[in-house]
Amino acid sequence: MSGGLAPAIAFDRITKRFGAVVANDGVSCEISPGSIHGIIGENGAGKSTLMSILYGFYQADAGEIRLDGQAVRIHSSADAIRLGIGMVHQHFVLVEPFTVLENLALGHEGGLMLQPGLDRARAEARRIEAAYGLAVDLDAKVEDLAVGARQRVEILKALYRGARILILDEPTGVLTPDEAQQLFQILRRLKSEGKTVLLITHKLKEIMAATDRVTVMRAGRVVGDVATSGTTEADLAERMVGRKLAPLPDRVPVAPAAPILRAEGLSVIDAGGVERVRGIDLDLRPGEIVGIAGVSGNGQSELMAALAGLTPLAAGRLVWAGVPVPAEDTAMALRRLGLGHIPEDRHKNGMIGAFEAWETSVLGYHRDVGHGQGAWLRPGFIRALTRQRMVDYDVRPRDERLRTAAFSGGNQQKLICAREMARGPKVLLVGQPTRGVDVGAIEQIHARLRALKAAGTAILLVSVELDEILALADRILVMVDGRFTGELDRSEATERALGLLMAGVRDEAA
Amino acid sequence: MRRDLPMLVDYVLIPALNLLLAFLVGAIVLALIGVSPVAALGTLLDGAFGSLDGLGYTLYYATTFIFTGLAVAIPYQAGLFNIGGEGQAMLGGLGVTLVCQAMGGYSLWLVLPLAIVAAVTFGAAWAAVPAILQVKRGSHIVITTIMFNFLAAAFMTYLLIDALRAPGDPSPETGAFPASTALPYAHEWAARLGLAMEESPLNLSFLVALAAAFLVWLFIRRSLLGYEIRATGLNPSAATYAAIPVGRVTVLAVCLGGACAGLVGINEVMGVLHRLVLGFTAGAGIVGIAVALMGRNHPFGIVLAAILFGALYQGGAELAFDYPQVTRDIIVVMDGLVILFCGALENMLRVPVTRAWARWRTVPA
Amino acid sequence: MSLVDVVSVLAATIRLATPLVLATLGGLFSERAGIVALGLEGMMLAAAFAAACIAHVTGSAWLALAAGMGVSMALSLIHGFASVTQRGDQVVSGMALNILVAGLCPTLGLAWFQQGGQTPALGHGERFMPIVLPFADGVAGVPVLGPIWNSLIGGHNLIVYLAALLLPLSAWLLYRTSFGLRIRAVGENPHAVDAAGLSVAGLRYGALALSGILVGLAGADLSIAEGAGFGRDMTAGRGYVALAALIFGKWRPVPAVGACLLFAFCDALQVRLQGVALPVVGVVPVQLVEALPYLLTVVLLAGFIGAARAPRAIGLAFVKTR
Repeated sequence: MSGGLAPAIAFDRITKRFGAVVANDGVSCEISPGSIHGIIGENGAGKSTLMSILYGFYQADAGEIRLDGQAVRIHSSADAIRLGIGMVHQHFVLVEPFTVLENLALGHEGGLMLQPGLDRARAEARRIEAAYGLAVDLDAKVEDLAVGARQRVEILKALYRGARILILDEPTGVLTPDEAQQLFQILRRLKSEGKTVLLITHKLKEIMAATDRVTVMRAGRVVGDVATSGTTEADLAERMVGRKLAPLPDRVPVAPAAPILRAEGLSVIDAGGVERVRGIDLDLRPGEIVGIAGVSGNGQSELMAALAGLTPLAAGRLVWAGVPVPAEDTAMALRRLGLGHIPEDRHKNGMIGAFEAWETSVLGYHRDVGHGQGAWLRPGFIRALTRQRMVDYDVRPRDERLRTAAFSGGNQQKLICAREMARGPKVLLVGQPTRGVDVGAIEQIHARLRALKAAGTAILLVSVELDEILALADRILVMVDGRFTGELDRSEATERALGLLMAGVRDEAA
Repeated sequence: MRRDLPMLVDYVLIPALNLLLAFLVGAIVLALIGVSPVAALGTLLDGAFGSLDGLGYTLYYATTFIFTGLAVAIPYQAGLFNIGGEGQAMLGGLGVTLVCQAMGGYSLWLVLPLAIVAAVTFGAAWAAVPAILQVKRGSHIVITTIMFNFLAAAFMTYLLIDALRAPGDPSPETGAFPASTALPYAHEWAARLGLAMEESPLNLSFLVALAAAFLVWLFIRRSLLGYEIRATGLNPSAATYAAIPVGRVTVLAVCLGGACAGLVGINEVMGVLHRLVLGFTAGAGIVGIAVALMGRNHPFGIVLAAILFGALYQGGAELAFDYPQVTRDIIVVMDGLVILFCGALENMLRVPVTRAWARWRTVPA
Repeated sequence: MSLVDVVSVLAATIRLATPLVLATLGGLFSERAGIVALGLEGMMLAAAFAAACIAHVTGSAWLALAAGMGVSMALSLIHGFASVTQRGDQVVSGMALNILVAGLCPTLGLAWFQQGGQTPALGHGERFMPIVLPFADGVAGVPVLGPIWNSLIGGHNLIVYLAALLLPLSAWLLYRTSFGLRIRAVGENPHAVDAAGLSVAGLRYGALALSGILVGLAGADLSIAEGAGFGRDMTAGRGYVALAALIFGKWRPVPAVGACLLFAFCDALQVRLQGVALPVVGVVPVQLVEALPYLLTVVLLAGFIGAARAPRAIGLAFVKTR
C-alpha cells in the first residue's frame, strides 16, 4: 500500500472503438481507496464499456488501468477476480435452482468433495455477513429469493471471492426506494471497512444520496469530475445531457369520458402457479394517460399481457366499450377492435430480428385488410407503407429491406411505435417505451404519446422510470405484488408519495 | 435481403465449401476401404450424368429427395426438426396404394389427383400426432418422430404380411396395381416425341416435385400462413404477441412437412413399383435431412441438393457394381457428413470467409 | 406364470436395461451440462462396432472395451466441437453423428471382414461372459433361492454389474463433488460459471468426455458382452429410448434409471408375449408387440407433465455477454 496516496483505480486515457463508434474516447479518472465513487451518464455514454474493460470483458485499444498505482492487464473475469475486483451486474448471474451457499462456493470449492467447500463457504459467509451487515439466508434457493436479497447474494459473492473493489452496475433499477436505502447503507458499511465502491448509474438522486465523488460521462468522454458535496442535481443533469433540459409542456386537462377498455377483477397465474395479478380493476378512458409505477417484477408485465389478451385469465374479464371481449382468440379480437401495444421487451416481443423492416412493420397486423389479399401478403403495398412511416417517424436508415436487427435500438423502437401508433389505436398499451433508447428518440416518442392522447387515445403507460411517468401520466397507479396499492392524480403525485406506495405503504401516502 | 455478406457468398460459396469438406472426409472413408477416391469420383460422375438413363435415374432419386427435403424444411421454418419423413413417406405410399387399388380403369388424370390427395393426407396425418404432442404436451418432437418411424415400419410390416399381401405371394408386398394407374415414364414421353431415350424410372412425379417445391416457396415467402410460420420459427414469443396462434401454426407446418413426405408414394409406389413393397422408402427420409440442411431449407436450394444426392445415389449404385466393398451404406455416410458440415458446423467457415471477404472488399480496386 | 418365468423375465429386464442405463447416465452428464444428448444412438453403435472389431482382432475383451469407450468419447467430443466451439445446432449435430455412424459401421465392417457389414462372431475368451457366483451349484436345486441366486443376482456379465455400480457413482459425482456442482451450474447458467472464473467450454467438454465413456460401455455391452459380435443397426433406437428415459426421469439419475428399467421390462415382456394368446384379445400381431417399447416411449414422453424442468441452458450456445 502506498499510504492512501495512490488511487485504488486509475483509468488513464482509455480508448475503445467498435467499428466507427468510439465508445470510450481517452477516458481518464481516479477513484480514491475507501470511497464510494459514482459514474453517471445517459445510456450509451460509455460507462458500461469502461466497466467491461475494467472487468476484463473488453480490452482497451489504448490507455492504461492502474490499481493502487500498479499498471495491470485484465484479460478475463478470472483476472479481475484475482486482482480483487468484484462486479454486481445489472442482471444477476446466479444459478437459480442452487442455494445461496452453492452459488458462493461455485468455482471455489477447494477440493474434490463438495461438502468441505460448502462448510468453508458457510463459515466465511457468516463472517462477511457480520462484518458488513448483509443478511441472507444461506440455505435458501436463489429462485425463491426476492430481488433485493438476490442483490445481496451478489455482493456477498463478490466479497467472498476477495473483492476489494466492488462495481455495481445500475443496482437500483429493480429495487424499491426502501430497498435502495438499505443498499446504500450496506455500501457505506463497506466503505467504512475500507472497500472501494464504484456505482454506475443514470439516476441523479442515487449519486447525490450515496457517493463521495462523481464522474460524469457523455458520448464516450469524461465531462465532469466533482465532489458530490460540491454539486447539484441540476448541474449534473446539464453536464450529462450537454444542454439545459426543456421544461415540461403544460398538461392538457382530461375531459371525463366513459371508459373504452375496462378490466374487471383480472387475475393471472403464471406457469409456476404463482398469482402475478391479483384481482385488478382498471378503467382506460379516451384522452387519458394512466401511468403504472412500481418496481419491475410486481405484476406489471403480466397485467399488460392480460390487457392485450396474450395470457389466459385466471379470473375476471375485459370489457371493450361496454361489451365483454371474447375469451377465445382474445388478442386478435382486441387488435381488431383497435388496441395497440408497444411491448416492454422489444427484442423478445416487439420485432423479429431476422425479418426485413417491412415484415416487422406489419407484425400483428399482417392479416388486416390491405396488408393481405385473401391468403396472400402484399409485399409491394406494405413496403410502400413502411417507406412512408419511416419518413413520418424518422426511422434511419430509410431502408425498408434492411433486417430489423440491423437498426439501432432507438430506430427499432420508432419502427415499432410507428406500427402501433400510425393506425390511430383507440387504446394503446405502452411498456418501457424509452428503455435503451437515445435522448433524441425519447423526446420524439414522448411527443407522439402526447399527440395520441390529444387525439383521444386511451393510453396505459408502464415504466420503471418515475420521471417518465411523472412527465406523461394524468393518473398514476402504483403496483405492488400484483395489486394496486394506491392511485394518485398527477397534481398530488410526488416522488415521496409514490415511493411510499411502491414500498407497499398504503394510506399515509395520499 | 441485404446482409453482411452478399447472397452469392452466403448462399453459394459457403455451402459449396462445406460440401467440399464433407466430400473430402467421404474420400478418406473410401480410401480406408480400399477404393481410390479419384477413380470413384469418375465412376460416380459418369454413372450419374454420363448417360441419359443415368441422368434419368439421378432425377428419379432426386424426385423422392425433393419431397423428403421439403418435409424437413417446412417444419424447420417453424422451428421444429422433423425426423419423421421416413414414416410419413410410408404412410403416403399406403394412401396411394388404396387409391390405385380402388381406381383401376379410371383415367390417370382422375386417379393422379386423388392419389396425391391421399398421399398428402396420410403423410400429414402421421405427422400430426407428434406435432400435437409437441405443442400440447411438450414431447420432444425429434424423439417422437423417430419413434413414429419405428411404429410406421411395424405397421407396414403388419399390413403387408397380414392384410394387404397378395394371396400366394411369399414376399411382403401387394399385388400389382391396375396398369391404368401407372404414371408415364419420361422415356415413354420421349418416345412419343420421337426421341430415343433409354429406359429409366424417371416419371411424371419429377414435375410434381418441382411444382411442390415452387408452391412451398410461394407459400412460405408470400402467404399469410407462411409469414406466420416464419415468425413462429424465428421468434415464438413475438409471434404470440402478434396474436398468431403459435400452436396451430406449428402443427400446420409439421403436417405440411408430412404431406410432402407422403408424396414420396407418388414417385415410388405409383411411378415405379406399381405396388406397395415393404421398405420402399429405403432411408429417403434420412436423406431428406441432409438435403434440407444443404439446401438451407430453401425450396430452390432443396431442388439442387436433391439432384446432387440423386447423383450420389445413382453414381453410388454404379460404384457398388464396380467395387464389392461398396454398398448403399456409403451414401448414408455421405448423408451424415453433409448434415455435419452443412448443418452442425455451418458456421465453422463463415467467420473466416466473412473476414476474408471484408478484407478483399477493402482492398482498393 | 411360474416363478421360473418371473425370474427369467426379470433377469431379461436386467440384461436389456444395462445398455439403456449406461446410455442414460451418459446422456445425464451431457444434458446436465447443457448439451443436448441426441447423439447417444450413434455413439453407442460406434462403440459396439469398435469393441467388436478390436475383440476380434486382438482377442482381448478388455482392449475391446477400451476401444469402444475411446471411439464413443471421440464422437462425443466431435459433438462438443460442433456444439460448444462452433455453437452449431446441437440437435442437428447429434443427428449427423447418428446417421454418419449408421452408414460408417457397416461400410467399414464389410470392407474389413467381408461378412455383409457384420463383424465375425466372437468366441468366449473374446467377450465378457456371464459370471457364475459362488455356491451356484449348491443352491441350484433349492427352490426360489436357486433361480434367484443363479439367474437374477448371478449369471450376468461384468458390464451389468458395472452399470449397477455406476448408478450410485454417477449420482455421487453429480451431487456430492465439486465437479458435479460445476456441471449442474453450467447447464443452468453458464454466465454464472463464467463469472466465477471457470471455463464454460472446459466443463462442457469434460462432461461430454465422461458421457462418451459411459455410452461406450453401453455399446460394448451390446457387442462383446450381451451379444457376440456387431450386427448392423444393433442399437435399434436404444439411444433415443435412453434419452426419453432421461427426460421422463426429469434429468435425475435414479428416476431416469427407473424409467430405463420400465422400458427394459416392457421389452422383456414383449419377447414373452410373442405368439401367446392373451385373454379377450387373443394372439396380438407380432409387429404390434414388437412396437410396444416405441409406443411406450411416445406415451411416456406425452404423459410427462409439468413440474420437471430441463436444465435451463440446454441446447443454447454460450455467448459471453457483459
